[in-house]
Amino acid sequence: MAKILVFTETHNEHVKTVTLEILAKLSGHSLEVAAIGEISATGVQELAKYGAAKIHKIKGAGLEKYSPEGYANALKDFISKQSYDYVFAGATSLGKDLFPRVAGSFDAGMASEVTNFVMDGDKFAGTRPLFAGKCYAKVEIQGPKPHFITVRPNALGLGTATAGAGAVADVAGNAGAIRAIVKEVVKSASSKVDLTEANIIVSGGRAMKNADNFKILNELADVIGATVGASRAAVDSGYAPHAMQVGQTGKTVSPSLYIACGISGAIQHLAGMRTSKCIVAINTDPDAPIFTKADYGIVGDLFQIVPLLTQEFKALLGK
Amino acid sequence: MNIFVCVKQVPDTETKVKPSGDGTFIDTTSIKWIMNPYDEFAVEQALLVKQTNASANITVVRVGSVKDTEALRTAMAMGADDAILVQADDNLDSYMIAKALKGAIDKSGKKPDLILTGKQAIDDDCLQVPQLLAQMLNLPSVSVVVGFEDGGKLKLKRETEGGSLEIYEVDKPAVVACNKGLNTPRYASLPGIMKAKKKPMTEFKLADVGVSDADRRVKYSNFQLPPEKPPGKKMDATDTAKQKDVVKQVVQLLRNEAKAI
Repeated sequence: MAKILVFTETHNEHVKTVTLEILAKLSGHSLEVAAIGEISATGVQELAKYGAAKIHKIKGAGLEKYSPEGYANALKDFISKQSYDYVFAGATSLGKDLFPRVAGSFDAGMASEVTNFVMDGDKFAGTRPLFAGKCYAKVEIQGPKPHFITVRPNALGLGTATAGAGAVADVAGNAGAIRAIVKEVVKSASSKVDLTEANIIVSGGRAMKNADNFKILNELADVIGATVGASRAAVDSGYAPHAMQVGQTGKTVSPSLYIACGISGAIQHLAGMRTSKCIVAINTDPDAPIFTKADYGIVGDLFQIVPLLTQEFKALLGK
Repeated sequence: MNIFVCVKQVPDTETKVKPSGDGTFIDTTSIKWIMNPYDEFAVEQALLVKQTNASANITVVRVGSVKDTEALRTAMAMGADDAILVQADDNLDSYMIAKALKGAIDKSGKKPDLILTGKQAIDDDCLQVPQLLAQMLNLPSVSVVVGFEDGGKLKLKRETEGGSLEIYEVDKPAVVACNKGLNTPRYASLPGIMKAKKKPMTEFKLADVGVSDADRRVKYSNFQLPPEKPPGKKMDATDTAKQKDVVKQVVQLLRNEAKAI
């Protein structure tokens, strides 16, 4: 039984689902959770339900908001006093920024953004995509412990877990010197979940013709609770900002449902979305490569098909 | 002012990746190598800083195989002043690369004021080197940067989930990992390309910068292609009369067969 810490990022004291996915997957090991700051009562309950024996809330001056150095220093202090074999976190925007620093402070190895893993006894072996998912490899970590691992959100799914005691303890944390300070956070106008965590994505390609036309995708997305993405061609043509780009030089996504509208399916786009559980493609060209990856392909004009889809989903979902 | 730009050479995005025979890496024969696309934003940012600070020196550093030095020559053709190549295999892990970069920067004898990198390399997609390098050099770091202003302190915009931004104030020296959207990388001009051939390039071996195989932290095996999907259903909706039926059918399939909605 390995001794494992799962670091959870919190948003308004809520726990991210990826933390629960990781806990469930590690069921049977000695599981502790650490957060920086407060966790809501619901969050604590969820963590316990998914197997956390102990929950450490690290608090202290300079830790009120995220900074790479402050969080890394506080986590390093905390982890040094324990004897964890592995430290996990979600490969979220924060996890990806923070964990290499923490791993580096232990001269320890880190496996980035695994999409699956097994614990063979106490030994971790992960699977991770490389080249944006054009291939996969087995990844193992060697050298000084603890070993660090980030896990892609939505990849493991919420398995069944054995509940843990969920004993909560406050830990005094020290941010140390912070030379990169967050002065301000500018929230995106969109209230949608990020592409990398979205359960449903509607994406538009070059065939959208302009930025304005994305409104038909937004209408569909609103009905089915989706986040809107775009292909590189659409982004490079100025129809959508880079934050919306799916593909090898954008975001790699794996939603339950991916609806590709007017996207031909360049290799680099397919690499970024091929692990989506169900893919719908709409394109006028019956030979577009996107159809080779689609579960359901509709050969037709997106400007006619998308509004019809919106209507049908509205009827289906009673909206 | 000494600016270091760390670049990596990666297979072109249009490359069809094939695992190597022993499954420990990809087959690198007949691959077209390019500068990691995110590193172009780092090179451009260095050049923009130099435009307002003519005395700045831009050194571009790469750890990787010698078989061609496209990325370094491209960066120098764009305007970087000199280059360091640390000769190594192309399958080092992030820890080894960061340690080699630190070793190379130390050996250059120049004290860095600013270190720029891409936010990630599009080959192994680890997103570790900038933060590791910062940790090893005991410097602050900001990643996924889409806005850069230098007014003594750096004012940086970091993109987070859903296009939200964190605005940072950062003491120099610092490591800044650049994202698409930060700037528009220039093309190398013909005179630039000619000049680049004469610009100095220092070469080190991995051992010279203090890295050995004992530094390997991450081991890969069993490279394989993702499983092919069985072919899906393709329906013709080019005829407007059929469109409504096709859409109805797809929505029903999504609900009942795929259970995706």
